[in-house]
Amino acid sequence: MVNLRSQLFSELWARYKSNRAASVALLLFFSFVVVALAAQFLAPYAPWKSNVAPPLRPPDMQYPMGTDNLGRDMLSSVIFGSRISLFVGVSAALLSTVLGILIGAVSGYSGGRTDLVMMRVTEVLQVVPPFFLAIVIVSILRPTIWNVVFVIGALGWPTTARLVRAEFLSLRGREFVEAAHIIGVGRLTLIFNEILPNALSSAIVNGSLDVGRAILIEAGLSFLGLGDINNPSWGLMLNNAQHFLTLAWWVAAFPGLCISLLVLSVNLIGDGLESALSSKQSQFR
Amino acid sequence: MGLLAYIAKRILLAVPVVLAAIVVNFLIIHSVPGDPIVMIVAGYETDPEYVALMRKEFGLDRPLHEQLLAYMIQVLQGNLGRSTFGKPVLELVWERVPLTLLLMGMALAIAVILGILLGTLSASRVNSVADTVVTSLSVTGYSVPVFWLAQILVLVFAVQLGWLPGYGYSSLKADLTGLAHLIDVLNHALLPAMALALNQLALVVRLTRSSMMNVLTENYIITARSKGLGDRSVLFGHALKNASLPIVTFTGVQLGYLLTGAVLTETVFAWPGLGRLLYDALLWRDYPVLLSMFLFAAIIVTVANLVTDVLYAILDPRIRYGE
Repeated sequence: MVNLRSQLFSELWARYKSNRAASVALLLFFSFVVVALAAQFLAPYAPWKSNVAPPLRPPDMQYPMGTDNLGRDMLSSVIFGSRISLFVGVSAALLSTVLGILIGAVSGYSGGRTDLVMMRVTEVLQVVPPFFLAIVIVSILRPTIWNVVFVIGALGWPTTARLVRAEFLSLRGREFVEAAHIIGVGRLTLIFNEILPNALSSAIVNGSLDVGRAILIEAGLSFLGLGDINNPSWGLMLNNAQHFLTLAWWVAAFPGLCISLLVLSVNLIGDGLESALSSKQSQFR
Repeated sequence: MGLLAYIAKRILLAVPVVLAAIVVNFLIIHSVPGDPIVMIVAGYETDPEYVALMRKEFGLDRPLHEQLLAYMIQVLQGNLGRSTFGKPVLELVWERVPLTLLLMGMALAIAVILGILLGTLSASRVNSVADTVVTSLSVTGYSVPVFWLAQILVLVFAVQLGWLPGYGYSSLKADLTGLAHLIDVLNHALLPAMALALNQLALVVRLTRSSMMNVLTENYIITARSKGLGDRSVLFGHALKNASLPIVTFTGVQLGYLLTGAVLTETVFAWPGLGRLLYDALLWRDYPVLLSMFLFAAIIVTVANLVTDVLYAILDPRIRYGE
């Protein structure tokens, strides 16, 4: 069993590696992670410290990304900002994926009225653009980083739930499920140990795309002024940059470039995972 | 099931969504900490009897479900309450809607027309240089935050090159009327519409490409080719018609995201639409306006989905009998 699993993984990895864009994206993503983890060693100045330099100074050798209106070093701010985007993106996606798997599994396994009610709720949440609800809730709860993670995660599960539910509906009637049922496997074990592993791949792919969505929503909220001022993110820097956009292009250019590159890397990883997993599935099903 | 019956059924299915949005609105209002009466008297010392009277007058002494019902009736009659600054919310929202819809319409037109062209080009030459360029641009296109793209467009086209205005919705000093005014507004709308279009364009390209690639392997395409029809006739005359069905559905689903993007883009360009209203409302924590924006978004998206579903049923009769 263990051998088979490690063999599956190494084949999956081989497929993923053969996709050049996805490999570069993975490298890019890990460099962001390294920068975020080693921020205090990499940043040349203290982040968010005013007056380390003259305000709105264009990029040069000493301040490679220039300085902002309060004389803060942009490079150091951008380096520390990576922590916020990564943290919000990954934890919100984790929360929405877990919620989506639970809701989708229960809905797809039970069927009947439970399924009907749960799917109606899912549809309503899918129709209403999550961003507007997020704006209202975050502004009421106060924009702390935890509230932002909570709101984005709590609103992001419908797509995962629908994917997992669809897998459960098609897997529910398979022989291996019936066999497990007959030999007396309990319902929870059946759902989580027997069916779920087979439904997991689409949830994982969507989960990686959720990371990108969450980062973009956080950036949007921060841009509208709903960012955590104690943990300034790239979106909040863009909000600040808006006030003197015509004077200092560099205050807007670099944080936005970082958001774009990070989201791009996550999206390419998702695409790579999807094609690696789908060719895997056609082979083993 | 006939077309009319199908439309009726779709409308019936849309009603609960709007009602659910109203209920969510109501629950959010109630979960906000603080007593509304205390807010109204603004911290002045008050007679408890007076407070009780106010409570009664506003119906706050009634049970929650009665309050909900009263709230729903008010909303359905078009009363969304008053902004913190006293103006009726519906009026505030209503006067901003046309400018936002203009941006959304322009962006959608750019995205759909260009997206179908590029997607078709890409699908007809899979793995060519053109295809690689188009698909890479597409995946980049939906990774870029729309408001940052807007800022970059302002920097490049308004500040550096000076080709297009990057601020406001009309020239302040020009005092134009009629056609000249319209052209002036459209000129101001071009940059924001372009920024807003990119995300959607990227998604339309991706969708058109995969949809076209599916259709291009079908037998009737092979027949058309073997009849000796040219590339353009096969692609745009035969294949696109069937490949466009998913694009119609997609456009309906995307409308909510387009509205989100519009709100963010407007903030960058100081475009006086719903986005500007939302931004100011956030600054002042003007909850009646914020909540009505959410409600408005829910309604506009529900209606758009309804329209696309009906459009789909007209384009493809199989849908109606499928259910």
